[in-house]
Amino acid sequence: MKTFELGGVHPAENKISENKAIEVLPIPKQVQIPVAQNLGAPSVPIVNKGDEVKVGQLIAKGEAFISSNVHSSVSGKVLKIDNVNDQSGYKKPAIFINVAGDEWEENIDRSDTLIKDITASKDEIIKKVHKLGIVGLGGAAFPSHVKLMVPKGKKAEALIINGVECEPYLTADHRVMLEKADELLVGTKILMKALGVEKGFIGIENNKPDAIEHLSKLSKEYKGIEVYPLKVKYPQGGEKQLIKALTNREVPSGKLPIEVGCVVQNVGTALAVYEAVQKNKPLFERVVTITGKAVKNPSNFLVRIGTPISELIEASGGTPDKTSKIVGGGPMMGKALVTPDAPIVKGSSGVLLFDEKESKRVEEKACIRCAGCIKVCPMGLEPVLISQLTKLEMYEEAEKNNIMDCIECGSCQYTCPSGKPLLDYIRLGKFKVGQIIRNRGKK
Amino acid sequence: MNLLTVSGSPHIHEDNSVKKVMYGVVYALIPAMLVSVYFFGFDAVRVLLISVAACLLFEWLIQKYLIKGPATINDGSALITGILLAFNVPSNLPIWIIIVGAFVAIGIAKMSFGGLGKNPFNPALVGRVFLLISFPVQMTSWPVPKPLFSSVVTDAITGPTPLGILKDGLRDGEKISDIMTQIPSYLQQLVGDIGGSLGEVSAIALLIGGLYLLLRKIITWQIPVAYLGSVIIFTGILWLANPEQFVNPLFHLITGGLMLGVFFMATDMVSSPMSSKGQIIFGLGCGIITVVIRIWGAYPEGVSFAILIMNALTPLLNNSFKPKRFGEIVKIDHK
Repeated sequence: MKTFELGGVHPAENKISENKAIEVLPIPKQVQIPVAQNLGAPSVPIVNKGDEVKVGQLIAKGEAFISSNVHSSVSGKVLKIDNVNDQSGYKKPAIFINVAGDEWEENIDRSDTLIKDITASKDEIIKKVHKLGIVGLGGAAFPSHVKLMVPKGKKAEALIINGVECEPYLTADHRVMLEKADELLVGTKILMKALGVEKGFIGIENNKPDAIEHLSKLSKEYKGIEVYPLKVKYPQGGEKQLIKALTNREVPSGKLPIEVGCVVQNVGTALAVYEAVQKNKPLFERVVTITGKAVKNPSNFLVRIGTPISELIEASGGTPDKTSKIVGGGPMMGKALVTPDAPIVKGSSGVLLFDEKESKRVEEKACIRCAGCIKVCPMGLEPVLISQLTKLEMYEEAEKNNIMDCIECGSCQYTCPSGKPLLDYIRLGKFKVGQIIRNRGKK
Repeated sequence: MNLLTVSGSPHIHEDNSVKKVMYGVVYALIPAMLVSVYFFGFDAVRVLLISVAACLLFEWLIQKYLIKGPATINDGSALITGILLAFNVPSNLPIWIIIVGAFVAIGIAKMSFGGLGKNPFNPALVGRVFLLISFPVQMTSWPVPKPLFSSVVTDAITGPTPLGILKDGLRDGEKISDIMTQIPSYLQQLVGDIGGSLGEVSAIALLIGGLYLLLRKIITWQIPVAYLGSVIIFTGILWLANPEQFVNPLFHLITGGLMLGVFFMATDMVSSPMSSKGQIIFGLGCGIITVVIRIWGAYPEGVSFAILIMNALTPLLNNSFKPKRFGEIVKIDHK
């Protein structure tokens, strides 16, 4: 069975909510929609206090090339544009909307009918993906239209759909593959058309045999799409690792996947692309997993963007007694929240509730130079060295030791027997080295 | 709800700790420990207990009164040093010499560099080599094994190790085939019924421990395979060239401290290289130096010196042999 070559770990999977069908979360009384939900430039609000908005109405415009439009997820009245603590813990501007009813923009097709025929041209697809605010739903929220515009001199050969979901606990992508398989496959065909490629690979880890079987069966009707089971290994959902696993090609250091002829999109993104292109529906809702060992009803909810995370927690049976950490995303790469009121954004794949014991880090001890971190690093780096160089503020040395190649998967820190905060330092080091590189460019 | 804990990812940790790693090594040493007690009886217990107690005491004293840091004696590391030091000395070594060895191992080779993880050389080996050079007579009078509950009465109290017999024989101009008649059978050597240091006598028991370490993934295959491989190839070539002057590779494998060195001291995480390429070079170097000392050196055994010399090269190996990078841009040669 295929997998990537270097490093990797296998944390306990804990896919508690994998058998819970997607449920629609009731619309909250108020949403707070951050204007910067994507990688790249933040969007600019185009509504004012007091404006009436409908579901799917454009409320913030992405003007730069790498930016994305934001649409209202509810109908109601704009209360204010104010700062809100987002999932990273920083205060970021968001559009507050008080909900009234659920009135959608007329041009959105709300029926369940599957539309298989792709009538839109290549350019129309890219335009719609841009206009309707589609970003990568795997977590990084990179604007999807940018990935579809292949730079001059490069050639796309294959589209890769990421159904790996290698983060423990998370099951949102798994449920999408089971419940929205046809939509996802049409979405894949749309993306293939936009890229002008004949091949579409869907990579799914072997711990989701039902999804593999279901998609393999249905994909026979879609020319060019092939489903590949992958050996369970974290971080296989990383773009570079997934490309390596499926095509045995290695994206060169510092380059993008297109360098080796690949474009990677998440399954959730493929579904959003289907809805945008075939149904005219902007990206204003997504599937989010809410889970944790003490959670009463671990669930997969279809959630409107801007819904406070506390609403999901309530719907899953309330906050368990000893909860002392809330993670937005998976346990390996997610962010610990400063407040349960942070809103769900386009990149939110899950919410985890950890009790006191699970929240604590292990006690830090002396490094015994076991090289465990080197063995598990999927990028072939020496985490112990680059974290130490950062600690000593030797940033140039850290750069020479390829700190910028780090994908922040956390495998090193996960495996370290001495409980060293390796990734904390490496993250800081990447930030500092990034600054140095940018300043060098200015001179 | 409690106050929220906020920390960077990852938010989960593998069930792994320094203590678990160290006690894994201790478990792996148990078979050899049992064999040593079987063959050397109460003396083995005495050496083991004193060595371990002295190592723990020195670590505790230095950590508490000189370094003034949190207690570290329960992390298992000083325990391993104590066992390994005991394994590397004869079973009749006087108590005070063992204590001196423990002081050199823990006090000088480990704690003076800052304690766990910071020592460039394997502490037990430093202790052993210090004793070997300072007390050569006591360190090389090897008691002959007297299995527990055995009725065999031997007159000899001490005798040379197989490697010692070989070295002396060759020096006197004897042929290998003649020397081999004075040496215990391979079976005796495998189980440990030979003269030697406490823990090095049984190749089988050490191999079992080594395999356990590999299965538990506490050590990796690179150092043992490179070390054993280079010893086999080097001694094999010499043996094929002249079997009357050079002994066969099997003899080299199962005598002396090779198995102990290969699985428990060359693989010491702290003092060996981190990348797999570096580990292979390290293993090769250990093997070559061991054979050179055994065949041409003044000492019959070269494992300790070989590992210590390669320990000194570890930082260099770490710098020179980096792990294989993902997506490294390979320079294409346009010729």
